[in-house]
Amino acid sequence: MIELTGITRIFHMGEQSIYALDHIDLEIQNGEYVAIMGPSGSGKSTLLNVIGLLDKPDDGSYRLDGKTVTDLSEAEQAQIRREKIGFVFQSFHLVPRLTAAENIELPLILSGLAAAERKQRVNDTLRAFDLSDRAAHRPSELSGGQRQRVAIARATIMQPTAILADEPTGNLDHQIGVEVIALLENLHQTGTTLIVVTHDRELGDRAHRQLMLRDGKIMTDKKT
Amino acid sequence: MTLADTFFLSFKTVVSYRLRSVLIILAMTLGVAAVVVLTALGDGARKYVVNQFSSIGTNLLVVMPGRAETTGAFPGAVLGQTPRDLTLKDAQLLGRLPQVRRYAPLNVGEAELSASNRLREVTVLGSNEELIPIRHMKLAQGGFLKHGADYSAQIVLGSKLASEFFPLTSAIGQRIRLNERRFLVSGVLAPQGKTMGHNTDEIVIIPVEQAQSLFNTTSLFRILVEAKSHDAIEPAKEAILETLKQSHDGEEDITVITQDAILATFDRILHALTLAVAGIAAISLIVAGILVMNVMLVAVNQRTSEIGLLKAIGAPAADIRFLFFAEAMWLSTAGAAFGFLVGQLGSLMLRLAYPDLPAWAPAWASIAGITVALLTGILASILPANKAARLDAVQALSKK
Repeated sequence: MIELTGITRIFHMGEQSIYALDHIDLEIQNGEYVAIMGPSGSGKSTLLNVIGLLDKPDDGSYRLDGKTVTDLSEAEQAQIRREKIGFVFQSFHLVPRLTAAENIELPLILSGLAAAERKQRVNDTLRAFDLSDRAAHRPSELSGGQRQRVAIARATIMQPTAILADEPTGNLDHQIGVEVIALLENLHQTGTTLIVVTHDRELGDRAHRQLMLRDGKIMTDKKT
Repeated sequence: MTLADTFFLSFKTVVSYRLRSVLIILAMTLGVAAVVVLTALGDGARKYVVNQFSSIGTNLLVVMPGRAETTGAFPGAVLGQTPRDLTLKDAQLLGRLPQVRRYAPLNVGEAELSASNRLREVTVLGSNEELIPIRHMKLAQGGFLKHGADYSAQIVLGSKLASEFFPLTSAIGQRIRLNERRFLVSGVLAPQGKTMGHNTDEIVIIPVEQAQSLFNTTSLFRILVEAKSHDAIEPAKEAILETLKQSHDGEEDITVITQDAILATFDRILHALTLAVAGIAAISLIVAGILVMNVMLVAVNQRTSEIGLLKAIGAPAADIRFLFFAEAMWLSTAGAAFGFLVGQLGSLMLRLAYPDLPAWAPAWASIAGITVALLTGILASILPANKAARLDAVQALSKK
């Protein structure tokens, strides 16, 4: 469960202080499917980054699964990201030097798993995401949809409790985007929390809960 | 992340940026190789000089006319300007000292050697029969001034002269002229090549009395003295100074140089020179280290979004720091290893090109070269690795 209380994130632009997040209070239960929407600059990506422990709030407290994580050390936060959170980005963020299989393997390497078990899990994941015949290809040899599939496979291989997707279809054409969303929704079906940042209303409407942000504040919180 | 995975992952990175890695490794290689080859050269030169100096004699003392105020020669001694000459009588006095095993008076000059229509200028050494053992020369044939034949007109030819003047017959027993004086060839030196700038294959040796008469002088150029043992060198020096002081009316107007002292001096000078060239070569290593730093900083910039990703998927700062650290270690270790090999190869080629030069890189130089390479590589990676580790994940991810 994600519990945010009074979360504030301030960016300083010269003399000006901009509230990217302005005292946000938010609860997201495990297994929810949430869309965070709003115009650009409304703070939706910042909110996602704070939830994913990539960004530190300037004020407020964040409890994840009943444990306050805002004042954990850098290494402890990294461990939580590794074990509980999977990120999916608009621009995929695959390592260009590594093959699809190696990209998927990265989180396992970071967690210090033995090579034999890593191989097993990577192979299972490749099969589950229908990427087995692309295992040895580098990102530059893959299509956009395949790249995002690799990225989602990487985000899920550690079996996180939450997948955080920031405009996951932003760089894909419509048809492929639908496939990627279907893939993410499949993961949600298996019980994973799914939080998607998007400005695409159609995509947002698929979620079971829509958060509308503006100027760092939650304007509406709609459950369908 | 385990240590093995860190090294494996960074190795992959090194391999995938092939050109960049090859260039840095090349820079490191050249630096280490420069240290190895230059110290091999320096130390080879040192050993060469020391060998040359040792080869001219054992426990040798050289008596020169002219006074030295303190230890070491004053300029006049080298030029032969002196208030009082050294004489044969002085030399004989030295021969009676208990610390002295043997002595050889020495006169040196140029003269024209001629026989059977052949003619050439040669360096003439005037001495006694002890010169040959004292200077570690060897006779290939015949003898020199044996059986007390002190005043006879005997001559010993260098091996090259012997074969040039008497190509078909044995030189022994042949007659030869030196500035129109007739000499009987009594011996031929074994070929030895150059020692200390003198080519002993192209000299002739005649009795010192004959040389003095030939060059119309009564003085000696040098007296070579061999002490009985290494421990006797210093007492012999004292005794020589004392004896010749008495003989020269109480005036100390000679200089005695010991081979040992010269040897030690040359050894020190050339060792210092070797250290100096090693130091200069080490500068190139430092430069290579800075190159590593530069390239690693560029790498951090290039891979900013990748670093952001690693953070997003849960790499702690320490892991990222160590990844860059390991990458620099690979580069500098490869550079050090190749540099050592190239350096050894270079020394080998030096030895093949100049067989006289024992150009072996001293162990301390190889170890120091490799250590400095690794150290600069590692030190140079600290700044880039820290920079990578401290990157803000959100900003890093947003960079294209």
